[in-house]
Amino acid sequence: MDLNAYRKVALVLIEVGHYALALALALSLTQMVMPVWASRAGDPVLRGVAVPAALATFACIAFAFAALTYAHVTSDFSVQNVVENSHSMKPLIYKISGVWGNHEGSMMLWVLILALFGAVVALARNAVPPTLRANTLGVQAAITAVFLLFILTTSNPFARLNPAPMEGRDLNPLLQDPGLAIHPPLLYLGYVGFSITFAFAIAALIEGRIDAAWARAVRPWTLAAWCFLTVGIAMGSYWAYYELGWGGWWFWDPVENASLMPWLAGTALVHSTVVMEKRDALKVWTVLLAILTFSLSLLGTFLVRSGVLTSVHTFATDPARGTFILGILVLFIGGSLALYAWRAPTLRQGGLFAPISREGALVMNNLFLSAACATVLVGTLYPLALESLTGEKISVGPPFFNLTFLPLAVPLLLVVPFGQTLSWKRGDLAAASQRLFVGFALALAVTLIAIAVTWGGPVGAPLGIGLGAYLILGAALEIVTRAKGKTLSLSLRRAAGLPRSAWGTALAHAGVGVTVIGIAAQAWSVESLATLPRGGELRAGPYVAVLEGVLPRTGPNYTETVAHLTIREGGDPVGVLQPGKRFYASRNMSVSEAGLLTVGASQVYASVGETGADGSVGIRLYYKPLVLLIWLGAVVMALGGGLSLTDRRFRVGAPALKPAARDAAGPVPPHSVPAE
Amino acid sequence: MTAIWFIFALMTGLAVLALLWPMSRRPALAAAVPEGEARIATETGFYRDQLREIDRDAARGLLAEPEAEAARAEAARRLLRASREPGRPAGAFGEPALRRRRAASAFALSTVPLVALLIYGLYGSPDLPAQPQAERLAHARAAGNDLAAAVTQIEAHLAKAPEDGRGWTVLAPVYLRLGRVEDAIKAYENSLRILGDDPGRLADYGEALVAAGDGVVSSKARDAFERALKQDSKAVKPQFYLARAAEQDGNRGEARTRYAAMAAAAPPEAPWLPMVRDSLARLDGTAPAAAPATGPAIGEEQRGMIRGMVEGLAQRLAEKGGTPEEWARLVRSFMVLGERPKAEAALAQARTALGGDAGRLAPVEEVARETGLGEAAGAKAAP
Repeated sequence: MDLNAYRKVALVLIEVGHYALALALALSLTQMVMPVWASRAGDPVLRGVAVPAALATFACIAFAFAALTYAHVTSDFSVQNVVENSHSMKPLIYKISGVWGNHEGSMMLWVLILALFGAVVALARNAVPPTLRANTLGVQAAITAVFLLFILTTSNPFARLNPAPMEGRDLNPLLQDPGLAIHPPLLYLGYVGFSITFAFAIAALIEGRIDAAWARAVRPWTLAAWCFLTVGIAMGSYWAYYELGWGGWWFWDPVENASLMPWLAGTALVHSTVVMEKRDALKVWTVLLAILTFSLSLLGTFLVRSGVLTSVHTFATDPARGTFILGILVLFIGGSLALYAWRAPTLRQGGLFAPISREGALVMNNLFLSAACATVLVGTLYPLALESLTGEKISVGPPFFNLTFLPLAVPLLLVVPFGQTLSWKRGDLAAASQRLFVGFALALAVTLIAIAVTWGGPVGAPLGIGLGAYLILGAALEIVTRAKGKTLSLSLRRAAGLPRSAWGTALAHAGVGVTVIGIAAQAWSVESLATLPRGGELRAGPYVAVLEGVLPRTGPNYTETVAHLTIREGGDPVGVLQPGKRFYASRNMSVSEAGLLTVGASQVYASVGETGADGSVGIRLYYKPLVLLIWLGAVVMALGGGLSLTDRRFRVGAPALKPAARDAAGPVPPHSVPAE
Repeated sequence: MTAIWFIFALMTGLAVLALLWPMSRRPALAAAVPEGEARIATETGFYRDQLREIDRDAARGLLAEPEAEAARAEAARRLLRASREPGRPAGAFGEPALRRRRAASAFALSTVPLVALLIYGLYGSPDLPAQPQAERLAHARAAGNDLAAAVTQIEAHLAKAPEDGRGWTVLAPVYLRLGRVEDAIKAYENSLRILGDDPGRLADYGEALVAAGDGVVSSKARDAFERALKQDSKAVKPQFYLARAAEQDGNRGEARTRYAAMAAAAPPEAPWLPMVRDSLARLDGTAPAAAPATGPAIGEEQRGMIRGMVEGLAQRLAEKGGTPEEWARLVRSFMVLGERPKAEAALAQARTALGGDAGRLAPVEEVARETGLGEAAGAKAAP
């Protein structure tokens, strides 16, 4: 294409993108109606319409998203969204990530991912029974249509300005960070991924049947969404940790809770679908969990997007948007729960199992996770409800969550290794304890060592370290026991032959242990604060920071005051920290940039406060032992989930045999059912 | 821009074709399920696969034979139950299916273009071309409209070198002319911070502050004028605004002295002399209270702008209400603009809006007293 033709196309690109978005709405309305109608009539040809509809919807939304990105990259200030969130001097990466660093753009990302999942389900011909697939696509299209309508009517990213202003207002400096490029897409892949599970649940209710095939079809979506959400939350936590300059990694902030709630419910769902697929049990409960998980995602969206909460995530408040999202919330949550109440009794209940069994342990997992989720929900919504009713402002902070969440989380974690060890249908608690004995003993030893080494420190921390060690050892023991053979080479062969889902489970549970250790170790973190003159020293834990000087620095769209700190340990320099304070003239806003020095899994963290006229500067120095384990554990969890995802074998949970029969079972360990 | 409608039509056509495509295939073909689908996509197929998996596991030694047997029994039980369930009637053939498909085609053909065009028609701007930054700058230069382009260039330069005081000095008055008052104030502040005090720039800075305050000489502005006057005691602008400040504070004596001094020292042909004389006359009560909005250096354009700001404030307060301070500022602004009737109306509105709460009304009443508005209007409003 020659340059002139290219220019002509580029001229209309934004409006074509806008039209593509409107067309996507029309297509998703069709996709909402046709497959459900076809399924009721039992017409496979008409049902087939769902596939091209889902693909075309995705293509249209992807095109619109690309057009918006083009407007941002070329600094087209005739687009209001670009004016409000971009600046011609902004680095390219932030021009791109700025597309979703604002309300309209983030909703575009939301529907893009929604449509992406729809398209993938449409293409997954062999993984899903056809009627279920058609109904699922119909429900998914309903969600897409409503959100597209929301975007087009209240948050249009393609609103134009004529005449165009010469310069934009730049992106919120807090968001000008690589974290913005990664955190929201991952989080949305998680949030929106649960929409597919939700659509499957509603489709099952519409169809009035649910079986192991359903669970098999749902499992990969749930797992994938869960993995993305896990990494997305961890990424957000790490971003807050280094960007906000307070050294905290979790603040029990309502916006954080909004992402934690679907994660807790989603974790329960991942486990209950296993029970359903293998044992054909817990059907009605699983459907409810699938509905609740996505409802909590929607609730999170409502809290963040409606302006009920003010935070860096809120971007802009507009009552019309809040009302619209509240309407969406009522429609989907109310509608799905009503459908559930109506249709759930018609679903056939599944297999039976003894209380002491793998299923029993997973039910316990579900109970504890749901209770923890309910706790967070109360802690998040209660202050909001109170404020709207009485006008009184209270803040429910970490003390509440520590007192309510921890007592639920700790017993849950204690049960995890047991659950892995018990067999399906009927388990043997004594035998399981026996197998876990080594793990117990080693974890106890770790705890005692931790107490001895840190004598006089916080009481809870060594216990937490012990709990983490117990989780990791429990996961490792599970693999070892199942693989143990007469010789080492046989054991290794058997370990390699174990199903990937078994490895995935062990890895994910070990990841939980890693995170627990990281969290527990934070009890030993040290914070110190001082105004340092040049050459001044500040100590935090084993490290001493020496202020070498304060220098100005110029970035592409900001100026920065940088403090140069040399970090010493026992007199030897171990590294340099350069925390700074950036000033963005276009927004008249200052943002602190923390300086981080990583030593093993621990970090030394410094942030800059006020600068004095005499060259002195306020420095906040933290020593954070093993802090990286918190996020590393989350990554390990997600890897475990991913590994399990690749295992597409058909599962059936066979009960272990009664002790009398076990002897006849020969050399193979009796619990080595293909299980996870 | 008619080309854009062809593109829209093409997109819509493709979308509708995509929807109709599965229906155009022959039903027999579509109904025949491929081999893989038959295996997994039905429940019975699922359990058959499960049985095969158990056999494979048992063969690989992952499953003990008795357990494999138990698992087989379980899967077989479910398979039996699933195969006992009645199948659904196939609705793919016959007259009703044909009618259904026609209805569906009609639905797709009508709904898709209608919804898309309706929504786009409501919110789209088909006549507005894209205007990338680079292209817009080139256009602005070609059209000789370099002011905006120059501003953008200077801004870009200052973003890289924010300590260039001269850049800020050049930019500040341009901002003021473009009506970007807040930006002008920031630019003056930067310029003063980097290049140090200068009577001319201090006076201009004060003037920008006055413009931002809807004509009110704030204490910050007064401070700037006093600093300017300290460096150049003959500067006209600071003298005038300080007199205006005294007048606004209700300090008529000082205001009169300052205006009189200016009038006495002025060369007879000074363009601002009539304005000073008017002010004097107003203070002496020999002329109607028609104070000009702003000082000598501000043109008609600026005055209109300030008036616009005040009217905007009045409208916003009338519609949405505001803080006592905002009401006080409105009343004062009208008095400064010489619009006494409007000031009185605003005062009455403020009294209603703030609901007779003496504490909240205090700043408004204060202004009313200062400007000599309180007695007359207050007497009317008092019970």
